[in-house]
Amino acid sequence: MSDPATIRYFGIPGFAVLWLLTLVSFFLFGARVLRYVNTLRKARAENRWRNLPRRIWLFVVNVLGQGRLFGEWVIGIAHFLIFWAFVFYAASFFWNLIRGLFPFLPIPYADDVGWMAFALVAFGILGLVALAVAAVRRYIFTPTGLERSGDATLILTLITLVLVTSLVGHWSRESAPQVAKAMWWLHMAIVLGFMAYLPYSKHLHLLASPFGVLFGALKPGGIPPASEGASRREEFTWRELFNGLACAECGRCERACPAFQSGEPLSPKVLMHHFKELVRASGNGHDGKSFVGDVVQRAEIWACRTCYSCMDRCPVFNEHIPVLVEMRRYLVSQGDMDAQLQGALTNLTRYGNSFGTSPRARAKWTQGLDFKIKDARKEPVDYLWFVGDYASFDPRLQPATRSAARVFQGAGLDFGILYDGEQNSGNDVRRVGEEGLGEMLADKNRQAFGLAQFQQTVTTDPHSYQALKNEYGAADEANGSQRPVFHYTEVVDRLMADGRLPVQNRLTLKATYHDPCYLGRYNNIYDAPRRILQRLGVDVVEMPRARADSYCCGAGGGKIWMEDAPGTSVRPAQSRVLEAATLPGVDTLVVSCPKDLVMFQDALKTAQLEGRLVVKEMMELVEEACIPRKE
Amino acid sequence: MPGNIWVLAEQWRGKVSEITYEALALGREVADQLGVRLEAVLLGHKVKDLAGTLGCAASVFYVDHPMLAEPIADLQADALTQLVKARKPQAILIPLTNVSLGVGTLQAEQLGLPVVNFCKDLRVVDGKLQAECIMYGGKIETTVTAPGETVVIGLGPGARPADKGRATQAPPVEDVTVTLPEKTGVRLTRYVEPEAGDVDITQKDVLVAVGRGIQSQDNLALAEELAAAMDGAVCGSRPVIDQGWLGLTRQVGKSGLTVKPKIYLALGISGAPEHVEGMKDASLIVAVNTDSQAPIFSVAHFGIVADVMDVIPALTDAVKSKKG
Amino acid sequence: MNILVLLRMVPDVVEELEIAPDGKRLDTEFLRMILSESDDHALEEALILKERHGGKVTVLATAAPDIDDVLFAALAKGADRVVKIAGGDGGLSAREAAHVFAFTLQKEAGLLPADLILTGVQAIDDLDSLIAPLVGHLLRLPYLGIVTQVAVGEGAKVATVLKEYSGGVRGEFEVSLPAVLGIQAAEKPPRYVPVAKVRAAMKSSKIDAIAAPDLAAANRSLLEVIEMKKPEVTGHAEMLEGAPEAVSSKLVGILSERGLL
Repeated sequence: MSDPATIRYFGIPGFAVLWLLTLVSFFLFGARVLRYVNTLRKARAENRWRNLPRRIWLFVVNVLGQGRLFGEWVIGIAHFLIFWAFVFYAASFFWNLIRGLFPFLPIPYADDVGWMAFALVAFGILGLVALAVAAVRRYIFTPTGLERSGDATLILTLITLVLVTSLVGHWSRESAPQVAKAMWWLHMAIVLGFMAYLPYSKHLHLLASPFGVLFGALKPGGIPPASEGASRREEFTWRELFNGLACAECGRCERACPAFQSGEPLSPKVLMHHFKELVRASGNGHDGKSFVGDVVQRAEIWACRTCYSCMDRCPVFNEHIPVLVEMRRYLVSQGDMDAQLQGALTNLTRYGNSFGTSPRARAKWTQGLDFKIKDARKEPVDYLWFVGDYASFDPRLQPATRSAARVFQGAGLDFGILYDGEQNSGNDVRRVGEEGLGEMLADKNRQAFGLAQFQQTVTTDPHSYQALKNEYGAADEANGSQRPVFHYTEVVDRLMADGRLPVQNRLTLKATYHDPCYLGRYNNIYDAPRRILQRLGVDVVEMPRARADSYCCGAGGGKIWMEDAPGTSVRPAQSRVLEAATLPGVDTLVVSCPKDLVMFQDALKTAQLEGRLVVKEMMELVEEACIPRKE
Repeated sequence: MPGNIWVLAEQWRGKVSEITYEALALGREVADQLGVRLEAVLLGHKVKDLAGTLGCAASVFYVDHPMLAEPIADLQADALTQLVKARKPQAILIPLTNVSLGVGTLQAEQLGLPVVNFCKDLRVVDGKLQAECIMYGGKIETTVTAPGETVVIGLGPGARPADKGRATQAPPVEDVTVTLPEKTGVRLTRYVEPEAGDVDITQKDVLVAVGRGIQSQDNLALAEELAAAMDGAVCGSRPVIDQGWLGLTRQVGKSGLTVKPKIYLALGISGAPEHVEGMKDASLIVAVNTDSQAPIFSVAHFGIVADVMDVIPALTDAVKSKKG
Repeated sequence: MNILVLLRMVPDVVEELEIAPDGKRLDTEFLRMILSESDDHALEEALILKERHGGKVTVLATAAPDIDDVLFAALAKGADRVVKIAGGDGGLSAREAAHVFAFTLQKEAGLLPADLILTGVQAIDDLDSLIAPLVGHLLRLPYLGIVTQVAVGEGAKVATVLKEYSGGVRGEFEVSLPAVLGIQAAEKPPRYVPVAKVRAAMKSSKIDAIAAPDLAAANRSLLEVIEMKKPEVTGHAEMLEGAPEAVSSKLVGILSERGLL
C-alpha cells in the first residue's frame, strides 16, 4: 500500500491533513481532560499512594487481567477480549499516527509488520466476536440496571468500526489498494474522533478506570478520611469525585444492592452518575439546586446498609460507601435525620448503647448462667470477649449469647468480659456519619482495654469485629501492642481443629448458612463457619447468593436504628429467608451475627415462613453438639 | 388554733373537674382526723351554681370576679392569697393539673408558705400533716412535712376515688369579694379545639391503645383491624400523637383525654404516669410490652411480655374466630 | 431579642434509683444527672426564636455533675453565652434554685433586661416549688405555664402563646413581654448536635462561672423529709405466658368469660 501520509489530496499532503485532524482531536481531548483535572485539584486532598507495590499488583490483576469483570463470566470473557483488542489497537494506532505525522521517520506502518499485522487480525476478529456477544447481551438480554443509552450505542458502533476498518483495510491491501487507503483514513479519523469524544462520554471510564483501580481501596472499609462532611463539590476528596469519571454504568452494583432491590430510592449506579454530573457541571455545579437534598435525595443517602456488595464487585473499584458517609456526615452536622436515628445517637452518646438502657445493665444477660464470667478489668484473662450491644441487651439474642458463654466455658477457654466498661464499638456510628461519637466510643473502649489484661480479643459481633480489628488498630499501636482480634467462628474453628471442642452429639440437620456482610465481604471469613458446621454434622446447602454474593439482612449502616422506609417492596431480610426457603429439605438458616438473627426472625413472620424455617445462631448449634447438658 | 383544710375547687369551661372530688374526699378524711372543717374555694365568674356539687365540704367560699372568668395563675393566686391571709387555713389542696399548675406556687410564695408538689396522699401523724409524694416519674416515694401554720399541697391525680368526694347535698356558700388588677400581663384570647375527630374515645367500651412499641405508622393498620374486630377504637399515648400518627382527639393521658372503657389494651405503652392518669380507671387493663419491668404492668390486670407486633395479629385472629 | 433560658439537671431515671442509708435522700453512688426534659425543650424553643427573630440566647444553669457537657452542647447548638451558677452541686431544691436564678438575674450584669425567660414547665423533682412561676413572681414578670408554641409580635412587646389543656384543647394567650414561660414542648423536638461540635465548643468557648448567692433561710427549702423509699408494688398484672397464639386465645377466653366480648 502506498504511504497515505505522502499522497496528495487536492494538493494537500496526507500528513498535513493528518496533522490537522490530530491537533483538533488532541486539543478537544486535552481541554476536556484538563478541565477534569483542574476540578479534581480543587477538591479535598486524599493520599492514595501508600503501598504502591500492592496497588500495582491490583492494577495488574484487575485492569490487565480484568479480574472483577469475570464475576459475570460471559461478559467477563467478552470484555477481556474487547479490552485487549482495544489496547492492541491503541498501540497500533499511535504507532501509525507517529509514522503518519512524521513520514520521514524510518519506521514502517504497524500493519506493514508481519507479526503485528497478524496480531491485529486476530484481535480484530476476536474483538468483533466479543462485541457481538456484548451487543446481544445489551440489546436482547438486557440485564437490569443496564441502560441502553445512545452514548453506549455510539461507542459500540465506533469500536466496531475501528476494528472493521482495520480488518477490511488489511484484507484489501493487495486486492483493492484504494479501498485499503480509504479504510486507513477512515480508521484514523474514527479513532481521532473517538478520542475527542471520549472525555465527553461514558467511555471516559477507559481513561479513568485504570487510575481508579491504581488508587483504589486496598482493603474493605468504606470510611472516608476525616472531615465534617461534604455537600458541595470542593468538599469531597478528589478520589470521591473521581468515582463519577471512572464509572462505566455497567449496573453490577445496582443489581447487588439490597436497598435498590427492595425498591428504595438508592441506586449505587445512579449515585455514581450524580457525581459524574457534579464533576462535569460548570461553575459551582448547582443551578441553585443543592447537591445534597435536591440532586441526591435524603432517602438515597440514608438507604445504604454498607453491605459492601457494590464496592466488592465494581470492576473499576468505585467507592460508593465513602461518598454516602461523607454526605451523611454533612446531614448529621446539620442535625438532619429522622427522629428514631436521632434517638439512637443520643442514647449512644449518653449510655454507650443504642437502646437507652443503663450501661450497668450491660452484663445482665449473664444472670442465666450457672458460672460467673471473669471481669477482665479485675483479673487477667487470655481472651477478652467483646460481646457487642445487640448480643448483650436484646432479649431475643441473650439466649444465644449465653450459649456462646457456655461454649467458651465448656472448651476451657480462659475468657472475660468488660461488664459495664464495654461501649458500642462505633462501627455503625461512623457509617451513619457521626464521626465524633464514633471516636468517643472508641476512646472509651480503648480506655477499658487499657485497664484490662488480655492476650487477644474474641467477639461474637461481626460489626464490632470490623471496628476492633481494622479500625481501632492505629491507637493500639500507641499502646504498644497489636493484639489479635478474632471472630468467634475463627476461635471455635481452631478449638475444634485442636480437639479442644469435641463433638459429642452430632446434629443431623440440613441447613444453609448466611455469610454476614462484615465477616464475609469485609473480612474474607467464609470457610471457618462452614468447617464448623460440617464438623457438627450439618449438611450445609448453599443459597444461590452465597459467600461474597451473600445478600445483606438489611440492618447495617445504622439502618436498624432508622424508621422503616415507606413503600418498600420485599425487604432484604424477607428476600433472604425466601431464598433460603427455596432450598429443598433445608429447615434451618444458620447465622453468625446477632443482627442477622433478629432481622431474619422478624422476616420469617412477615414472609409467613414460620413453620418452614427456623433461624439459629451458630453458637446454639455448637453448644447443642459439643457441650454436654448438665442434668 | 389550727386552721381548716381547704380545697381549691377547680372549674374549667363550666365544669368542676374530677380531681376536685378526689381532693375533697382526701380533704374530708384529713379534716375529720384533725377535727377541723373542710372548706372549698371556688373561683370564677358567674359559676355559683357549680358550688352545689361541692357538698363534701362543710362550706364553700365563692369568689366571683370578671378577671377570674378564665383560669390565669397569677390572678387565681392573688385571689386565693387574700382569702388565706384572712382566714388562715392549715392546708390548701390545689390540683396539679394543666388548668391549675402554678397557682399553688404563686400563692404560697406571696405569703412565704411551703409548697408540697406531687402529693398522692396525706396522713395525720401526731396531730401534724404528712404528705406522701411520688417523685422521679413514679420511681420514688417521699414523705415530707412542713413547718408553719399553713401548707400548700399540690395534689396529683388518684389520691382518692372521686366518688367519695361527691355529695348529694349542696353546701352553704359564702360570697367573698377580692380586689384584683384590671389589667394583667396574661390574657386568654380563645380556645383552640383539636380537629374534630371521627371518634369520641371516651364513649367507647373497648380501646386499643398504642405506644412507641408500635414502631411505625404502617403498623397502625393492624391495630385498627384489631380494634374493629372488637368493636372498639384506636387511641394512643403521647409519643404516637407527637409523631403525627394519630390525631389529638385520640390522645389518652394528662394532656389528652381520660377514658374508662371496659377493656383497655395497652400495646407497647411503657406506663408513664402522665399516660396512666388517663386510663387507670378502665375496668380491665391488658398490657403488652417487651420490657417486663415496664411500669404499665403495675397498673394492668393482665400482662404479656412480648413484641406488640407479634401479639396484634394473633389476637385479631383469636377474636375473629371466637366471634365466629 | 434577648432570651434567657434556665436549666437544671435532674436524676436520670434510666438508672436504678437507690436510697441513701439515712433513708431520706437518693444514694449518689451510681446516680447520673440528666438535663430536665422540658428544660431541653425550653432551650430548643429559645434557639428557634433566635433563628426567627435574631438576637441572643443566654443559658443559665445551677451547677450539677455533668452540667458542663450540657452547657457546651447548648453553645454548640447556637446559644451565645452560658452561665453556670456554682454551689449546691445539684442538691438545690426547686425553690432554692428559683431564688438563686432570680437573684443572679438581678445582680449579674448583662442578663436583664430580657424579652423572654424560658424554662421547663416542671421537672421530675420539683417537690417544693416550680421554677417558672416563682421566678416570674420574684422578678415581677407575667407567667404562663405548659406552653407549646410562642409567636413573638412586632417589637417584642407581646407574644401569642399556646398553652396545653386536656383533651387536646389548647388556649391561646396574649402575654405581654418581658415574661416567664414554662415550656412543655418546643415547636420541634430538640435538635441533635454532633459530638464533634460539642468538643469544638469545649475548645473554643468557655462557661461563665458565677458563685451562687447565700440564700436567706426564708428562701431555702421549707420542707423536712421524713422518709424516702421505693414504692411498694401494690399490684401487678397477672402475666400470661406462651407464644402469641396461645396467649391470645387465653386472653380471648378471659374476655368472653367476663362477658366482655
